[in-house]
Amino acid sequence: MRNITTLKLCLSVASALILPFGAFGQGEQPPAAKPASHMESHIGNLTGHSEQGRELYFRYCWGCHGPHGDGNGENAPYLNILPRNFVAATFKCRSTPTGTLPTDEDLFNSVKRGFNFTNMPSWLALTDQERANLVAFIKTYSPRWVTEKAGTPITVPTEPKLTIESIKHGGELFQKLECWKCHGQEGRGDGPSASTLTDSNDQPIRPYNFTSDNRSKCGRTNQDLYKIFMTGLDGTPMPSFADVVKPEDAWDLVHYLRTLQYNNPSPELTLWESTPEGKAIVAAKQVKETSTGSGIKP
Amino acid sequence: MDVRGNGVNRSRFRLGTTLFGSVALLVVLLFACDSASAIPAFARKYGMPCSSCHEAWPKLSPFGQQFKDNGYQLGNDRDAPIFQSPAYWPIALRITPNWHMERNQNTVVDGPAGSDTQVTATVTTRGFDYTGMDLLTAGTLAKNFSFLLVPSSDETGAFHFESANVRFDNLFGSTWANIKVGKFELDNLLSEKRIVTLSANGGFYQNYHFQPWLAPNQPSPTYVFGLGDNQLGIEWMGHSKNDRTRVSASLLQGTDGNPDFQAGSGGAAGRAYEGYIAASQAFEVGSLGLQRVGGFAYFGQAPTYPQYTQGGAPIFGTGIGNKPYYRAGFIGMWYFKKLDVTTMYFYGHDNVFLATGTPSNLGTDGLPEGAHAPSWNGALIETHYTWSPQLILINRYELIRMKQQTLDTNPGDLGNVDALTFGFRYYPFINTRAGFAFHNEYSIVWNRKVQISPTTGLPIDLTSSSLFFGIDFAF
Repeated sequence: MRNITTLKLCLSVASALILPFGAFGQGEQPPAAKPASHMESHIGNLTGHSEQGRELYFRYCWGCHGPHGDGNGENAPYLNILPRNFVAATFKCRSTPTGTLPTDEDLFNSVKRGFNFTNMPSWLALTDQERANLVAFIKTYSPRWVTEKAGTPITVPTEPKLTIESIKHGGELFQKLECWKCHGQEGRGDGPSASTLTDSNDQPIRPYNFTSDNRSKCGRTNQDLYKIFMTGLDGTPMPSFADVVKPEDAWDLVHYLRTLQYNNPSPELTLWESTPEGKAIVAAKQVKETSTGSGIKP
Repeated sequence: MDVRGNGVNRSRFRLGTTLFGSVALLVVLLFACDSASAIPAFARKYGMPCSSCHEAWPKLSPFGQQFKDNGYQLGNDRDAPIFQSPAYWPIALRITPNWHMERNQNTVVDGPAGSDTQVTATVTTRGFDYTGMDLLTAGTLAKNFSFLLVPSSDETGAFHFESANVRFDNLFGSTWANIKVGKFELDNLLSEKRIVTLSANGGFYQNYHFQPWLAPNQPSPTYVFGLGDNQLGIEWMGHSKNDRTRVSASLLQGTDGNPDFQAGSGGAAGRAYEGYIAASQAFEVGSLGLQRVGGFAYFGQAPTYPQYTQGGAPIFGTGIGNKPYYRAGFIGMWYFKKLDVTTMYFYGHDNVFLATGTPSNLGTDGLPEGAHAPSWNGALIETHYTWSPQLILINRYELIRMKQQTLDTNPGDLGNVDALTFGFRYYPFINTRAGFAFHNEYSIVWNRKVQISPTTGLPIDLTSSSLFFGIDFAF
């Protein structure tokens, strides 16, 4: 009986000593951040306000992105590319380094441009102010906008002169960096790894098919292409190559990738086709005069 | 049917009772419905709520207008049918069960002694009813090949084709080159097919359909035309990528949209071609919204007599002796955040042969004495307060003022029109699958001096009003 009493006493003393530390330890943890109820966006001279953006969101956006901004709108189950989850605040199209939040202008441009090959249309018909308001509102869904600042946009150096050598070097990089593993040797998005890829939500995701169009998800200019592989597409298997590719090499890669878009005329494709080698390669890839005569594009 | 020569007090009482009832019904519905949507086929195709394309359906938003101008395409390479489930069928239905009351004051009716004597009375009809049905099919056949087919029935189930057209979009890769062929609505900024009022008096734009009276009791005798009517022909339309600038020009068959070269009930159909042009420009004004101004003009011609007849009846499509008529106007759509105001000035002119129903081969000697080419001015102001995507308040006032009467003997204000409409539409839910609205509306129209009093022999006004409670749904 005495041993039991001693044990209780020891446990009590131990508890008295440990609990305060435990409490102190808990007290040291910062309270979980909550999304801000009000946010602003700043795009040029425009200032967007989340209160006005909310009304627009519940007119235009909630069907896919959901009333809670988590990408679970009533239409989401029927989409093969899921709507963006604004709560996670992970965005593909950024001018900022991988892992950082995009700038307001990045989001503004995304809303304005839309995402090709997805159900997200271009909202060009809205006014600039309305788009700015929408950007402000979607920032109220995630605490990240409270605890973090947007990343610093990367510097896009001036595009060097287009040459055959640049295109060929870009092709070598395409092999060396193993871009083909996902995008395929012809850029059709059918590389050996393509069928295994998933995004951060464990949803199957298909690599970009360069032959389908000259509009990538994040824009159609060479600068947009440059930014894609120097910032990566967060939330997807497409990493940032900023640490392994020098800017001049990145431009060569851009030039080469344009030649894969052989259904869409570009200076790069024109130059590439001016060489016998390039002309033969492009001709071998193109699908012409199908039996239906309907001009099918692969 | 109530026929009362002097029922003003009872009418007012009943009107008040009905209004009170509608307000009470609204209150109940507002509280009974839980939360916050047309061609719902598009909503289903793209998974977007009706409110994306419609400020309050069927009224288009700028985004919806751009979608329409782009050939029912969002432009994200997911528009062609091959991207849809094979089970997807681009079809939607719209109909509106309703209760409505129509009241016509100064209606000439048989007197108590029978048909030998006539008196004027206020004729009121009311009860449960339903509208015609639109069967809306629209979409893309392939990328940049779109279509619209709208078999439409009247209340008896008799069908006609309200729209039937194919559109070639973005020719040569340009948003400025779009060609539409078939039967279609004119490129009216203030679309009558997307009107947000539904009653017998308020469900159309007076200015779009007005034709001058030849004399009291004698409507325009020769031809039928409505700027709001769908027309047969070919249209070129172009727009900037953001749809801020829009232009169109159409070559149209002069049959007011009727098939087989028939000109409706107006008389001889002709071989005439007509033209319509429209242009508008939108601009942003800070946080107020997107403002738009534009103009339009219709250059029509109609035959004045048939080249051939059979048993006295004209052979369709052989009308000759064409004489011109035209309509023109300016429109402004002004947005002040949730409040928007549409203003329109309208001008109309008919050739004197058309206005008097005189075959042109008779020459001016065949015209009635003191006959002139009639002309008139019109105006419209329509306001909407879009409280939310779920509730829109509507008000419209139209007026038409004759500038030149057809006959010197006519009263100066013969045919003048004043029309007032107000109401609201409440959408108890909005989703990406179907549209539903409680529609409540009152409309009153004053037609000046258009009929002859059987008792005094003098021209008197005809006043018509509608009270309408409808359940407007589309699926």
